[in-house]
Amino acid sequence: MSDDKKLLTEVEDAIANCMKCGNCMEVCPIYKEFKTESTVARGKIALMESVINGQSDITAGFDQRMAMCVSCKACTAKCPCGVKADELIIKGREAVVKARGLHPIKKAAFALLKARPLFDLGLRMAGMFGSLAFKKLPGRMATVARFPMPGLDRKRVMAPFASTPLRSQYPEVVKVDNPKFRVAFFTGCTINYIYTDVGQAVMNVLKENDVEVTLPPMQHCCAVPVHISGDIELAKVFAKHNIETFERYNPDYIVAACGSCTMAWKKDYPDMFADDPDMKARAEKLAAKTYEISQFLVDVVKFRRDNLGEVNATVTMHDPCHMARGIAVTAQPREVLKAIPGVKFVEMKEPARCCGAGGSFSLAHYDVARTINDRKVADIASTGADTVATGCGMCRMHITDGLVQSGRNEQVFHTVQLLDKAYKAGKKDEPKKPKDEFHFH
Amino acid sequence: MQSGLMDSLKRIVGTEHVLTNQEDLLCYSYDATPGFSHMPDAVVMPGTADEVAKVLAAANDAKVPVYPRGSGTNLSAGTVPLKGGIVLLMTRMNKIVEIDTANLIAVTEPGVVVADLNKAVEEFGLIYPPDPGTVATATMGGTVSENAGGLRGLKYGVSKHYIMGLEVVLADGRILNTGGKTVKDVAGYDMTKLFTGSEGTLGVITKITVKLMPAPEARKAMLATFGNLDDAGQAISAIIAAKIIPATLEIMDNATIRTVEDFSKVGLPTTAEAVLLIEVDGIPEVVEKEAAKVVEVLKANNAAEIRVAKDAGERDKIWAARRAALPALAKLRPTTFVEDATVPRSKVPDMIRAVNEIAARYNVTIGTFGHAGDGNLHPTIVCDIRDDAEMDRVYKAMDEIFAVSLKLGGTLSGEHGIGVGKLRYMESQFGPAGMAAMRSIKKALDPNCILNPGKLVGECG
Ligand SMILES: Cc1cc2nc3c(=O)[nH]c(=O)nc-3n(C[C@H](O)[C@H](O)[C@H](O)COP(=O)(O)OP(=O)(O)OC[C@H]3O[C@@H](n4cnc5c(N)ncnc54)[C@H](O)[C@@H]3O)c2cc1C
Ligand code: SF4
Ligand code: SF4
Ligand code: SF4
Repeated sequence: MSDDKKLLTEVEDAIANCMKCGNCMEVCPIYKEFKTESTVARGKIALMESVINGQSDITAGFDQRMAMCVSCKACTAKCPCGVKADELIIKGREAVVKARGLHPIKKAAFALLKARPLFDLGLRMAGMFGSLAFKKLPGRMATVARFPMPGLDRKRVMAPFASTPLRSQYPEVVKVDNPKFRVAFFTGCTINYIYTDVGQAVMNVLKENDVEVTLPPMQHCCAVPVHISGDIELAKVFAKHNIETFERYNPDYIVAACGSCTMAWKKDYPDMFADDPDMKARAEKLAAKTYEISQFLVDVVKFRRDNLGEVNATVTMHDPCHMARGIAVTAQPREVLKAIPGVKFVEMKEPARCCGAGGSFSLAHYDVARTINDRKVADIASTGADTVATGCGMCRMHITDGLVQSGRNEQVFHTVQLLDKAYKAGKKDEPKKPKDEFHFH
Repeated sequence: MQSGLMDSLKRIVGTEHVLTNQEDLLCYSYDATPGFSHMPDAVVMPGTADEVAKVLAAANDAKVPVYPRGSGTNLSAGTVPLKGGIVLLMTRMNKIVEIDTANLIAVTEPGVVVADLNKAVEEFGLIYPPDPGTVATATMGGTVSENAGGLRGLKYGVSKHYIMGLEVVLADGRILNTGGKTVKDVAGYDMTKLFTGSEGTLGVITKITVKLMPAPEARKAMLATFGNLDDAGQAISAIIAAKIIPATLEIMDNATIRTVEDFSKVGLPTTAEAVLLIEVDGIPEVVEKEAAKVVEVLKANNAAEIRVAKDAGERDKIWAARRAALPALAKLRPTTFVEDATVPRSKVPDMIRAVNEIAARYNVTIGTFGHAGDGNLHPTIVCDIRDDAEMDRVYKAMDEIFAVSLKLGGTLSGEHGIGVGKLRYMESQFGPAGMAAMRSIKKALDPNCILNPGKLVGECG
């Protein structure tokens, strides 16, 4: 049997556990748009089954259908039989990569990713020259492309690349007077090269809570995008690099400010090295130390609330798939928001419903990603909120795009940015308060 | 399939709505029923009744089989294209046409998901009662065609009790209407009921008029465990004899209880022979009174423990136990057959005992749970379809289960329908005259036997 098919045979039992009940149809955002079998987990599992039993092959058609999935994990959360459909679909993609190679656009992008220094340089250049290529949309951390770019929709609203990446804006270690903890910050690509504002907010908030932060300069992309594309070998290279890099610092905790990055550390890295006990143990050790920022602030740091100033905003929250279902962190970001004076929190209808970004999915299938996004935009609109908080850069970018395309004015922020604002507002308030205001009665 | 027909299909519905790719066809070779699979030649997705009519006319001329399909969640292989031909996918026709609150009626296209209709009528304080386990995925067309029911069947009945009228496209493409919005309509043969439950063998449903009900103001759920199966059986009859019709009256047998407890730790006693789950609904005062009466009856029939839900949270916990039944059983083994043999409710203990005895004799794993109040049980067989020796025993056990249910005065199906899954038992329920009558109806409406051929009444040619 060829290697690609052998890959699927490894998961034959897991695939056989799918009883074809179709429950996954209820929750799959892609199925909701197309209403055809191959767009839902049940259909994709059936296709893999047909390859295993020799009824069909790993064809271009198979590839296209496996690609139609945003890895939102909704099917897995719903499945009564415990079928991890999202992971099986990634296996299907692995088989595709083995049998047919990567999609050319992805291949080029991943080749760039692979060479970390080159990748770093490339994205810095994008930051330097970005303003030539993108037109800025005022006040939104957003731009639209001035020229047609390969793989990019002309009208699409993107965030500009930062002129100075986050990790170059700070020394390697940012010390505080009485450090309670020493954390290493895994920035991920989005925060380092694009949403440096989120990274700055993380730095401020941690400082405000007496946490010393190390920014390992040699860290690489978390590997989620390559992994879900089925390039498991490259994903392992990234994982190993990151594990080795962070081990050197021996931090108390590793903190990330993106659901996908956190999931990579907590779940994917240990899983990836299932057949390498040494690496697996090392990955697990770090996984136990890894926290998503809101989770860290609430569960570990018990963040300061006495010095928060007012932030006047009506806020709703979008739960990224990998936060809600990947690492099950939904309560903590809400607790952060609800602690901020002035914030009126309103829940939207289905906060954990995928926004359609799905990592590189929205690059390859922008139209579908947009229709899925339309539902999210409608849910946001019906809350009457002026601000959307979320915990993932890709979601932030995609939802911003959706809002702009629908002519709406809501701002999208990372939850931690709102907390940062509140600490800053607290400082502005301070001088107004006369020190000798206290009287004893 | 002839290329001429393929061209006409593309012309009728638009090229993008005809799937012929190998991969897409594979995705319509199965439904939720284990053990059946066959490739269609094309999947056609019509957008209007008119398009359905044209597709059927063309297929009828070419004598090519057509299999209507909703979400493919049926448990009788009703949508498997066993003879090749056209899968007619109805999911594009998914508009709620009208909600008429003055007449308590809704009109929908067949591709509307049942739960979506319920969401839409909820704001008017109304419900559409048929609620199969798949309510969040199954379509109106599919549920009407299967005459689907659900947890609320005891008090509220099955689909046929709510269908007021249908628009149906006949095999040759002619469009016909049955019934309507009038509550009292006794004119002619009851064509509405004829097409309801016809499993896509008599016509394609393109519009459905349904009756809505006021949503109950209050509900109360309770759970009772029994050390003895017969006591549970007595309790079921005694509740009804006390003139209380619960919305829901469910049973789980010991095998199911143990499996559920293993997987989800909801706190069920694993030694109990049966658990009853009961919910009464209606006006708050009546609900209180009925709930108290049910508790009395349960006590009088030796219930070992009775839990009454005090709030919504406790109610959810009780129903979580019932909802876990099928998933927990399904997780035991790769293949799951959910049957729906039904007996008069007084025979529920006999039926459960017979199923247990059959399971032991053929050495197969069967958990039984289901709608005790209406006698509709779900003996659920878990196995591995890749193991031929085991499957031989499974199919023999299945034959005996249906034989027993008929012997006890029951029926082959309480809600899932016949399809091909249970076709081989039909003659024993209906006899030769019954089968002949059904086949003549089929032949009269579909002389070329193009609609879901071979299903429900078998070969009719
Ligand atoms: C886990 C599980 C639990 C279930 N629980 C229940 C339950 O509690 N109660 C219950 O009754 N059923 C239950 N079912 C069975 C199933 O969900 C129902 O039979 C449902 O009605 C099927 O709807 P569908 O849209 O999936 O129809 P499909 O499976 O697509 O089709 C069902 C039948 O209807 C025909 N059909 C579909 N659309 C049309 C149309 N427009 N015109 C004419 N014919 C058409 C098809 O040809 C086929 O014969 C369950 C199934 C599963 C997998
Ligand atoms: S993946 Fe799970 S939910 Fe989907 S059809 Fe299979 S068993 Fe059902
Ligand atoms: S992971 Fe999400 S998009 Fe992919 S099949 Fe499952 S529900 Fe659909
Ligand atoms: S998203 Fe990681 S690649 Fe990027 S920054 Fe977070 S998922 Fe990386």
